[in-house]
Amino acid sequence: MKIDLFITCLNDAMFPRTGEATARLLERLGHEVRFNERQTCCGQMHFNSGYQHDALRLVRHFVDTFRDADVVVAPSGSCVGMVRDLYPRAAEWAHDDALLAEVQALTPRVFELSEFLVHHQGLEDVGAYYPHRVTYHQTCHAMRVLRVGDAPLRLLQRVRGLNLVALPAVDQCCGFGGTFSVKNPETSTAMLADKVQHVMSTNAEACTAGDNSCLMHIGGGLSRLQSGTRTVHLAEILASTEHEVFA
Amino acid sequence: MSAGGIKPARPFPAAARDTLGNAQMRRNLRHATTTIREKRQRAVDELPNWEALRDEAAALKDHVMAHLSEYLLELEASVQARGGQVHWARTAQEARSIVAALAQRHGAQEVIKVKSISTDEIELNAGLAAHGIHAIETDLAELIVQLAEDQPSHILVPAIHRNRAEIRELFQRKLGAELLTDDPKALADAARTYLREKFLSTTVAVSGANFAVAETGTVCVVESEGNGRMCLTMPDVLISVMGIEKVLPTWQDLAVFLRVLPRSSTAERMNPYTSFWSGVTPGDGPQEFHLVLLDNGRTDVLADDVGRQTLRCIRCSACLNVCPVYERTGGHAYGSVYPGPIGAILTPQLLQLEDENANTLPWASSLCGACYDACPVKINIPEVLLYLRGQISDAQPPSVQAAAFKVAAWVMSEPHRFEGAIKLARTGQGPLVKHGAIHALPGLLAGWTASRDLPAFPRQTFREWWRQRPAAQEHGPDRPEDTSETAGNAWEPL
Ligand code: SF4
Repeated sequence: MKIDLFITCLNDAMFPRTGEATARLLERLGHEVRFNERQTCCGQMHFNSGYQHDALRLVRHFVDTFRDADVVVAPSGSCVGMVRDLYPRAAEWAHDDALLAEVQALTPRVFELSEFLVHHQGLEDVGAYYPHRVTYHQTCHAMRVLRVGDAPLRLLQRVRGLNLVALPAVDQCCGFGGTFSVKNPETSTAMLADKVQHVMSTNAEACTAGDNSCLMHIGGGLSRLQSGTRTVHLAEILASTEHEVFA
Repeated sequence: MSAGGIKPARPFPAAARDTLGNAQMRRNLRHATTTIREKRQRAVDELPNWEALRDEAAALKDHVMAHLSEYLLELEASVQARGGQVHWARTAQEARSIVAALAQRHGAQEVIKVKSISTDEIELNAGLAAHGIHAIETDLAELIVQLAEDQPSHILVPAIHRNRAEIRELFQRKLGAELLTDDPKALADAARTYLREKFLSTTVAVSGANFAVAETGTVCVVESEGNGRMCLTMPDVLISVMGIEKVLPTWQDLAVFLRVLPRSSTAERMNPYTSFWSGVTPGDGPQEFHLVLLDNGRTDVLADDVGRQTLRCIRCSACLNVCPVYERTGGHAYGSVYPGPIGAILTPQLLQLEDENANTLPWASSLCGACYDACPVKINIPEVLLYLRGQISDAQPPSVQAAAFKVAAWVMSEPHRFEGAIKLARTGQGPLVKHGAIHALPGLLAGWTASRDLPAFPRQTFREWWRQRPAAQEHGPDRPEDTSETAGNAWEPL
């Protein structure tokens, strides 16, 4: 299958390894992977911060970039959530019917990595090897907007060598919320403190999730406490094999 | 005074800072919300058709909103036909005056009250006090809040932020009760002794309403303690204040809501007391009945295509109990009698997005979406939050932040500009980076690094890596060149 990668601005700039892992994993599974260099950012940060006119510019740019793609796969539940759930809102609120039609034509072809693998491809064992103790954080947008369900867990359960430990209060938000973490830093920190405690209680070597934004937040808290637990994106675990260690 | 109104005294972040610092309150809240959350889930899971019920409840409410004026007129006619009187109040002030005038006409110096958030919304207790009339809250939690001269912090459990030891102390001090323990039964008995005397001696009662049926002119209150039933039946005069969105077309429509409300609010299959009354019945119950229909900003909410769904709310408080922000900050941080997720969208809308402090509320959310999942009438709270953020930002004068986002949108809408910006940041971050992470940031972002580190920009972006790959389809045997900046930070591979 021809797959267009959407690597998201945060992954591109801050977590390139996640993009590499996604590309290599999908190629390993036999897909033709493309990266359209025109892509930038889904506009979620603008939209969620109240700058919806500015976000529209990025919505249009995304639609222009991926209009001809067969399938778009992104290693981010939150950005795919933006595209699938909020692009239609963005077009509606701007009373732009033409854009709405384009968005509606494109969004059914845009997937988050784990839902693409499990729900679309029917895959659980992707041939990964990762000999570590890992706990999984369910990110809010993957869980409640995309309804990926247990897709990431099913993938992790089939990773050889991996010791999966349950995270207490797994369905609780980590408190990132984009600009929320800056606009309401104390509240965000209080939420993070609980999340970090829960992660540390598992004694995992790594905490994984399908979103680097949440992981950046959780990782920021773990790093500040010098906890020794790392954060690693799900794609990097799935891309790792005996021969090639990604994460 | 338990009636706090809806105008926040401070912006949310400032108010939250105080409540976050109150460790006792946070413990009380965490305990209470965790318990009710689990119970609600069990009560909901019991029903195989829960999702269908939610859809039905939402559709019914939407239907009512689309025909609100018709149903309100029908309600008015039905109430009058059964000997009740209807009053229309455009503002909180009008509603207060109506109730005060009615109480005065009967020479009441005290009125007893059924727990009612709409009367809290209009600050009725203070309004009556200005006329020398003392309002007595008869719901246990409302009474606690009133005696403590506190504000309610939860729609359903106004004293959720207090624990038993605090309540015991309060009852000893304010009611002169002798309490050997803080056992719940002992506390309830002390309140009961005080209240019983009030029920027997007061002639005017004030209530809110959970629902009203247009076809029969029937008003409905659901409650748990039985105090409501006492207020609704014993006094001579009953005055009910009701938000105009509470009307339902037919008696049958109640069936849906009486199923979803108790499970969502108290996690019960059925609430202990459900009272209905239609006008007056000679020789039985109050001989005078007044229904005050309250607008107070609701028709403005109704006029907005996106915001309108807010009026579906049946005040069950499920969204509060699942909200991670509410759990940490408590209800007071929202500065309104409507706290939590529903408060974050309802309060600013009732104030027509004109109140600066209320306008900070739509940002008091991490957009985790738990509220939407819990809401029995399927109000898409995250959607409304985002919509309101947009409306509020649009109306604001240009700011540094708005300019920054504008520039960012311009930069990010072209790949080469975006790439240039990353290169610039990579160079600029130099002095801030220590061991591969950033531990302190200046300006707007300082809030982040107060408690969290930030990873440094790595040497290479994804697109740079992609370009230098030998060929996109060739799987190199080795791992590509390590792109991380330094070793020893949280973002370093295992
Ligand atoms: S918004 Fe929904 S969940 Fe929240 S109080 Fe209203 S009806 Fe209940």
